[in-house]
Amino acid sequence: MKPFTNLTGIAAPLPKANVDTDQIIPARFLKTIQRSGLGRHLFANFRFREDGSENPDFVLNQEPYRNAEILVAFENFGCGSSREHAPWALLDFGIRCVIAPDFADIFHNNSFKNGILPVKLPREVCEKLMEDARMGGNARLTVDLERKVVVRPNGEEIPFEVDAFRRHCLLNGLDDIGQTLEHKDSIDSYEARQRSSQPWLYA
Amino acid sequence: MAEARPRTLFDKIWDHHVVETLPDGTALLYIDRHLVHEVTSPQAFEGLRVAGRPVRRPDATIAVVDHNIATDATRRTGITDPESRLQVETLEKNVVEFGVPYIPLLDARQGIVHVIGPEQGLSLPGMTIVCGDSHTSTHGALGALAFGIGTSEVEHVLATQTLLQKPAKNMRVTVDGTLPVGCTAKDIVLAIIGKIGTAGGTGHVIEFAGEAIRALDMAGRMTVCNMSIEAGARAGMVAPDETTFEYVKGKPYAPKGEAFERAVAWWRSLPTDPGAHFDKEVTLRAEDIVPMVSWGTSPEDVLPITSTVPNPSSFADEARQAQVQRMLDYMGLQAGQKLTDLKVDVVFIGSCTNSRIEDMRMAASIVRGRKVADGVRAMVVPGSGLVKQQAEAEGLDRVFQDAGFEWREAGCSMCLGMNPDKLTPGQRCASTSNRNFEGRQGPGGRTHLLSPAMAAAAALAGHLADVREWQPQ
Ligand code: SF4
Repeated sequence: MKPFTNLTGIAAPLPKANVDTDQIIPARFLKTIQRSGLGRHLFANFRFREDGSENPDFVLNQEPYRNAEILVAFENFGCGSSREHAPWALLDFGIRCVIAPDFADIFHNNSFKNGILPVKLPREVCEKLMEDARMGGNARLTVDLERKVVVRPNGEEIPFEVDAFRRHCLLNGLDDIGQTLEHKDSIDSYEARQRSSQPWLYA
Repeated sequence: MAEARPRTLFDKIWDHHVVETLPDGTALLYIDRHLVHEVTSPQAFEGLRVAGRPVRRPDATIAVVDHNIATDATRRTGITDPESRLQVETLEKNVVEFGVPYIPLLDARQGIVHVIGPEQGLSLPGMTIVCGDSHTSTHGALGALAFGIGTSEVEHVLATQTLLQKPAKNMRVTVDGTLPVGCTAKDIVLAIIGKIGTAGGTGHVIEFAGEAIRALDMAGRMTVCNMSIEAGARAGMVAPDETTFEYVKGKPYAPKGEAFERAVAWWRSLPTDPGAHFDKEVTLRAEDIVPMVSWGTSPEDVLPITSTVPNPSSFADEARQAQVQRMLDYMGLQAGQKLTDLKVDVVFIGSCTNSRIEDMRMAASIVRGRKVADGVRAMVVPGSGLVKQQAEAEGLDRVFQDAGFEWREAGCSMCLGMNPDKLTPGQRCASTSNRNFEGRQGPGGRTHLLSPAMAAAAALAGHLADVREWQPQ
């Protein structure tokens, strides 16, 4: 996993609540057996018309947002299915940070595991950042995970909270499985206990 | 000795499964059952292969294909869509390579992962159950902690049989009283989501309680828990009771004989202690529930079937007004239209929300001796091969087919636009599934969520209809 420390980039405004994972990547694109290459299907139903041509009205088809690395949206971002294809598609497109008032749980989890930082900030703050994002290439946002602040184009610093363990993993690009396997002895002894108290759980 | 703190059902199952608590409070949680399907697993197995890791407990894991497959006769001649075929073949290769038990497509036990788990006794009270699928919440109906995970976590469970989790908060939704005639578990859960909203349960595990929940059979409880995710909750659960034990008894993978008695003794200790703390409480009166239907493109946009399409101006803030207008445009609706005037093109009875034998019986009781309205395509898709067999043994297939319904093979089918069963743009569908998102049943498709009984009534009437006017003949 690519570490996430400090990111300065173009933020795309997506002033919508309940952006669900079916919008982020429609089900018909889930038939892949790989993680990469999904960026071209990100928000496919908004980005492309029925004949396959680009919809110029959608923000990610406009300059400079084709190069956005940050997405600003409203409440309940990432609700719906558990598909990790949603963060994979965001990442493959180049988005490394989503800022919203809150996130659906599974999406929130999935983001961290793929090196995407979800930043939770109150609605009023997201509205301000939405205005910043609308200024396009002249107004880059900085998301500094080391200092836990978002820096607006006018220099204002907005602090945010993030789980300490997840921050640590993200800053260092650590893979969860490797870390968990360091606790192998505890898992072994849990299983030994359970095998004697609830043998029916073991074939 | 200090009195033990009263705990909720969720607390008890959680505590029982904590292998270790890490310094920052994250728990390493043991997972008893891992259900695997073809869509969210290929990248997880690939990750294991790359890292040279085995599946830690193949005996706690089971795989099945459900999302991609055809639900008509073509499934016997092979999947035609090359990408779908590749996903299914990839799973078939992975289960062999990693030694994971697998229910193949043409096995009678094949079906939707959330139908076969309980049906096979793979999902039991007190268990932690995960699957790379958000509707894993369904299995909470047995009194288990069951939740959906992403593909990275699928890989984590395959490799370690654990997950890194922060505890959720406790929420209780109590439904008091007795459900009126014509109302079902689906109407209960739609009413709950309508009341608390799609983010009402975020960060929480919901325990469904109260007389109306206790009165539900297991299929009804599964319908309610299935849609907890639509209320934003991490999981939904119902405390195990005699109904649960009766259901579990004799299932193929359930404990037998003395082991069953021992298991029941433990399961009886799981229900929430009196006085246990809930971070959030919501109460509904079952008597107030009316057959429900969704009108918008989010599961919280539901109304009693007796209502009219809402006017955007009746909503408080401007953002919501604009959102409602957008939904009405997408759904092809005008404010003030009676819901019962909305003509339907397709009726879909199926999905992990409503495809069990009880759902089939409910729909068939309304359909018996009547005909599907002209111009309506109506389909029934059983949740598993065994549900299909049972329905056929009861003659329900004849009831549906005589009325003009298609009677199909088990799978996810038209619940999501991923297999050949799709809506075409602009088609309006009365659907017993769980999501009415834009394009969910196919690009441009318009979904109205409702119960199997209401779906049956819509098929007969040709428009959304109040099932109370279509009671069994
Ligand atoms: S029936 Fe629908 S909701 Fe259920 S597992 Fe299949 S696709 Fe998901």
